[in-house]
Amino acid sequence: MSTHTRSPLVTGLLLAPAGVFFFFMLILPLLVMLVFSFGERAAAGGYVPAFTFDNYLNLPARGKAFLNTLTLAPLGTLLTAVIAFPMAYFLAVKVPPKWRVVMLVLVMAPFWTSQLMRYYAWIMILGSKGLPAWLAWIGITDVRLLNTPTAVLIGAVYGFLPLMVPPIYVSLEKLDKRLLEASADLGATPWHTFWQITLPLSLPGVATGSMLVFILLMGDYILPQYLGGGKVFFIGNALVDLFLQSRNWPYGAAVSVALVIIMFVTVYFYMRFVLGKTDQRRAALV
Amino acid sequence: MKKIPDLITAEKFVEELRRYQKGSISRRQFMGATGLGLATAVLAGAVPGLRPRKAHAALSGTVNFTTWPSYFAQENLDKFTADTGVKVNVAVFGSNEEMLAKLQAGSTGWDVFVPTNYAISTYKDLGLIEELDLTRMPNYDPASQEQRFTAEGIIDGKTYAVPKNWGTTGFVVNTKNVTQVPSSWKEFFEATQGPLSGRVMVHDYQLTTIGAALKALGYGFNSVDEKELAEAEKLLIASKPHLFGINSDYKPSLISGDAWASVCWTGDATQLQRDMPEMKYVLAKDGGEIWSDFYAIPKGGQNLDAAYALIDFLLTPAINAIEVKAHGYPSTDSRTNALVPKEMLDNPILYPAAESLSPLEFGAAATLTNPLRAEIMARFKAA
Repeated sequence: MSTHTRSPLVTGLLLAPAGVFFFFMLILPLLVMLVFSFGERAAAGGYVPAFTFDNYLNLPARGKAFLNTLTLAPLGTLLTAVIAFPMAYFLAVKVPPKWRVVMLVLVMAPFWTSQLMRYYAWIMILGSKGLPAWLAWIGITDVRLLNTPTAVLIGAVYGFLPLMVPPIYVSLEKLDKRLLEASADLGATPWHTFWQITLPLSLPGVATGSMLVFILLMGDYILPQYLGGGKVFFIGNALVDLFLQSRNWPYGAAVSVALVIIMFVTVYFYMRFVLGKTDQRRAALV
Repeated sequence: MKKIPDLITAEKFVEELRRYQKGSISRRQFMGATGLGLATAVLAGAVPGLRPRKAHAALSGTVNFTTWPSYFAQENLDKFTADTGVKVNVAVFGSNEEMLAKLQAGSTGWDVFVPTNYAISTYKDLGLIEELDLTRMPNYDPASQEQRFTAEGIIDGKTYAVPKNWGTTGFVVNTKNVTQVPSSWKEFFEATQGPLSGRVMVHDYQLTTIGAALKALGYGFNSVDEKELAEAEKLLIASKPHLFGINSDYKPSLISGDAWASVCWTGDATQLQRDMPEMKYVLAKDGGEIWSDFYAIPKGGQNLDAAYALIDFLLTPAINAIEVKAHGYPSTDSRTNALVPKEMLDNPILYPAAESLSPLEFGAAATLTNPLRAEIMARFKAA
């Protein structure tokens, strides 16, 4: 690879479109949100400029929503990863190459239907005429699934599985199979090989998939609205309420700022942890 | 291309004229059936002086119509499109707060929307709605409207909204599953925390849900008193673990059998009862809400002519009667009521006895915009 020295002007011009987009679509809205979060609600709703910390001091009033989101989003991500990993492993290692593309497409197929339609289908399945009716038939009566945290978790796994499988699949497919052979030659059991080599080296895929799912779940409001019935309440729902019902923009902005900070910190430490682990492992192996 | 009607006999013409005079067909239908419409159009086209200023022929494009769920007859909207060539885009909302929030945020693209009585003065004060030009809605007749339902559409003598229909807020109970039917909001919340645990729904709307809790405690539906609201919040939060859901679109859950009771509006009860006679609608004896919905035009709409044409069309008695049959809410217009089937007029859900209406209250503008009520609802949902 050769390196040309580009004039700063050319570099600047090449970066300009992305920079302008970034400024107007990310930096500016974030700044607006930050400014709004110190304001006050106008009498009929909306925003009036002010400088107050009240919105931040009032954050505990949405404590339960933060708690729900911060327990169910990681749990949903973990469940999705646990279910996606064997699928991805099967696709990358066991399935003959000519079938792989077809199978991967099938994994993505649910995305071709609207998310709302799929949640409505789950409302039918989890509602009292669905699964609970079947359970009652074999003697397990009065099972309530719809509008519970369980329903939200089922929806999370179902809805986000297609996002989790491909990145894990890619990292497993790229895995140097010679490492596995070497491990076996050196007397490791298959379980040991998986634990020591396959899993650590596929962690970047798991990390990418988990981040995608986690970030989407943290901000989701449709899933808890439909499968949680307004009873399982996420921060996303609190935000919808603050902007679309009570019209308290400044408080909504403060809740958003808090959510952005929490996401940023979690994602930063998670990535550092996972990528650190992979690097250690790779360094030890090579 | 418009189909040219066959020649009409004198007898048939008189018959159509009588039907038009009685109000059983609209002016437009009359013109269409007799061929007068076509004749006028041809004449008007040929003689420049007769060309109408705002003819339907001039309409085009789409009209964005924002309303509530199951609140219109699709056949009427299809007919409007067939008559005028204007496509109707329908969007449905869950609460007046949500509509207000959208309009406040600006550029909704709506041409016609359906605010409830207590919301109109807020829209007017915020400069979000147009004053209506009644001459552009010849089918609307203020004289045939019931006064108590129209009053809030008129502010300082100017009309900002015209009434669509009225209704009540009570609760619906599935008597197949529930033998002890509550008769008041007090009993409704007691049953929620008792035998109906896990089977009851309340609206995702502070005005009705907090209003119901306030009535259960013996306070006013519109209370904004801090102490009374604190008690209502306590009742709601204590009931929350026992609720099946908090959602203004409660019909699907009642139909599926997941929920057995819900806070309910008139028309939803009518629609539910059509297929499930076991659904009983109760106007609580300790009170509740009576309301009317209106058609209004938001400022900044793109298709003002079509907006007026749509409202005018929907308020035509014959068309409005089809609306009533579809959505099951009583009309405010005596001309429309004359065309509604008798079994609907006799249905106590639609037209309740006067004494069951007497404890009901109209929602107030301050109830809708009160920040404390909004925050209590949000806390209840987040709890």
